[in-house]
Amino acid sequence: MTTRRDLLQFSAAAAAAFAATGLGTGGLTRAFAQQRVGEADLLAFEPLGNVTLVHVTDIHAQLMPVYFREPTFNLGVGDAKGVPPHVTGKALLETYKIPPGSPLAYALADIDFEALAKSYGRVGGLDRVATVIESIRAARGDRVVLLDGGDTWQNSYTSLATKGQDMVDCMALLKPDAMTAHWEFTLGEERVKEIVEKLGFPFLCQNVRESEFQDEVFKPSTMIERGGVKIAVIGQALPYTPIANPRWMIPNWTFGIREKELQAEVDKVRAAGAGLVVLLSHNGFDVDRKLASRVTGIDVILTAHTHDALPAPVKVGKTLLIASGSHGKFVSRLDLDVRDGTVRDFRYRLIPVLSDVIKPNAAVAATIAKHRAPHEKMLGEVVGKTDTTLYRRGNFNGTLDDVICDALLAERDAEIALSPGFRWGPSLLPGQSITREDVYNATAMTYPAAYRMAMTGTRLKEILEDVADNIFNPDPYLQQGGDMVRVGGLSYTIDIGKPIGSRIGDLTLARTGASLAPDKDYTVAGWASVNEGTEGPAIWDVVFDHLKKKPTVAPTGASTVKILGA
Amino acid sequence: MTTTVSRREAFALGAGVVAVLALGGADKAFAKNDSDDLIKAFTGGKAPVKGKVKLDLPDIAENGNTVPLAFTVESPMTEASHVTDVLIVAEGNPRGGLATFHFSPRSGVAEAATRIRLAETQNVIAIAKMNDGTLFMDTRQVKVTIGGCGG
Repeated sequence: MTTRRDLLQFSAAAAAAFAATGLGTGGLTRAFAQQRVGEADLLAFEPLGNVTLVHVTDIHAQLMPVYFREPTFNLGVGDAKGVPPHVTGKALLETYKIPPGSPLAYALADIDFEALAKSYGRVGGLDRVATVIESIRAARGDRVVLLDGGDTWQNSYTSLATKGQDMVDCMALLKPDAMTAHWEFTLGEERVKEIVEKLGFPFLCQNVRESEFQDEVFKPSTMIERGGVKIAVIGQALPYTPIANPRWMIPNWTFGIREKELQAEVDKVRAAGAGLVVLLSHNGFDVDRKLASRVTGIDVILTAHTHDALPAPVKVGKTLLIASGSHGKFVSRLDLDVRDGTVRDFRYRLIPVLSDVIKPNAAVAATIAKHRAPHEKMLGEVVGKTDTTLYRRGNFNGTLDDVICDALLAERDAEIALSPGFRWGPSLLPGQSITREDVYNATAMTYPAAYRMAMTGTRLKEILEDVADNIFNPDPYLQQGGDMVRVGGLSYTIDIGKPIGSRIGDLTLARTGASLAPDKDYTVAGWASVNEGTEGPAIWDVVFDHLKKKPTVAPTGASTVKILGA
Repeated sequence: MTTTVSRREAFALGAGVVAVLALGGADKAFAKNDSDDLIKAFTGGKAPVKGKVKLDLPDIAENGNTVPLAFTVESPMTEASHVTDVLIVAEGNPRGGLATFHFSPRSGVAEAATRIRLAETQNVIAIAKMNDGTLFMDTRQVKVTIGGCGG
């Protein structure tokens, strides 16, 4: 058996050597991955204390294994500049002393991504996630609490077609103790209420209130007893859901961080005898870091939304912040020794879910198969091929969005394309076929209309300034998560350290090389508008049409954005 | 820009305030509105001191058309010492005036809540006038975003 040390010292060179033999079929990858690392290695954990928190989050409805490339750039501002999670690639591996080429290096950094992907294979798959959770439960019995941080029910074809039912059915088999939410709300008020009624476990959102009278819409918290400890779990939905996503889909609900109400809830559950207080949050990492310094009495914040994956907790005062990644790529296990209302000790592991190494859970695999069966043939249809890696993560651009912007420019006959800075969407490797499912995985959502409209140069600058401030405002409470809106046909300069209104400059139309005129109209195509009644074909159809004409894509990832002040 | 309602109506408002919303329609789009003039008229040119009045507004408005606003002013609200008026202005709306609230010792507390409309990201200013003529103020910036890219 491979020891953990061997595993960590596994070199990138070996991976690269293997990769040179070609893309490798699933079988070869599996054989190779299993030769280097076993399921037992990935799950190895010396238990500690009387409580185990297990956290999954931001699965974005990815039931099947995927590739997922982490960002090259993840710029932090203000107090978050240059500190985790705003440390990527080589710096991240050095910060956490992770040997290059190890499974964790593959999972956490973009370095040698293609080579390592070919040797370690895909990540995630809810049936594999289930196996990890099952093994933790087998080892820890009634000490385990499983919490889902949300962004679970949307962003794949089957989740869109079933209005989240595929995810609800599969997640039910994992038996979570509670969840919170963000993209769930894009299913609309009625559907969310319908699912929550039958969910079988609490849907916790202390910060969602009825607009008129501020009544609670969902339970704010739940008390769970495990290992002799009363554990209070408080849920926090994305505070900016009605701004980041269509407010018209949730017209009667209002959100916000609601710090005061959260403090009151913490005090209430402490008074009710909670020995451990956990915030199941969808705030985003930097918001949670600030919140942890202002709200007292929270032992653990399980962060989400910003898709950060960190191999160790970040400590703010007495509060531990956990970042568990996205797309089913990781399962977080946090063992805690809780005595007399205090966390005495902890041990943590961010477990990378290597799909070729971890055996799928049969029951979950069967439920996934059942939901996919009616669509499997269509989803598997090849619609194109990529010569380069397609990925979405990065502050300013991603090759996946370059493909989408190219499709918008061509199919909607526009001068400029805008694509939202979503952080969800798996990656594709060079040489890989693009299937219909791959396109849906990058676009599936409930407001997909690809609009085409005229905007003045001034308006375009306003939009870029507005979005930039939502990402680079030095106060995390004014950040909404997400990345910068992606542009096609346009280049610009951004000074992220400047205030709103003065970050963006040098807007230039790529086609002509001319500066944008403030009063001149430009034809702009985009998608995912939060405005009700937006018209246009669904973005996936725009991409399908484009690939029909130009089936091979090869975006280089070269950015048209010049960044200052980073 | 203010009117007065009867005492009964005032009590029906809960905190016993006399309130009116005076919200401008689309006026000429000058960069700077009339908020300075409104403040000058209210204060008689005297500079208010920061403190005692606390504005409660969201950091980011979910909907600029209906932003919840609340304020409280620290005061014993006795005949000897009480708040008489509170002016609320918005620096970035087409017109600066949002509301003026009138209080008396019978109000019991000097607090109120309403909803305001904000055209863009801007400062909202509350100025409280005491019966002895002293003035206190608070300022909050509210971000009104175009939104739509978080995820």
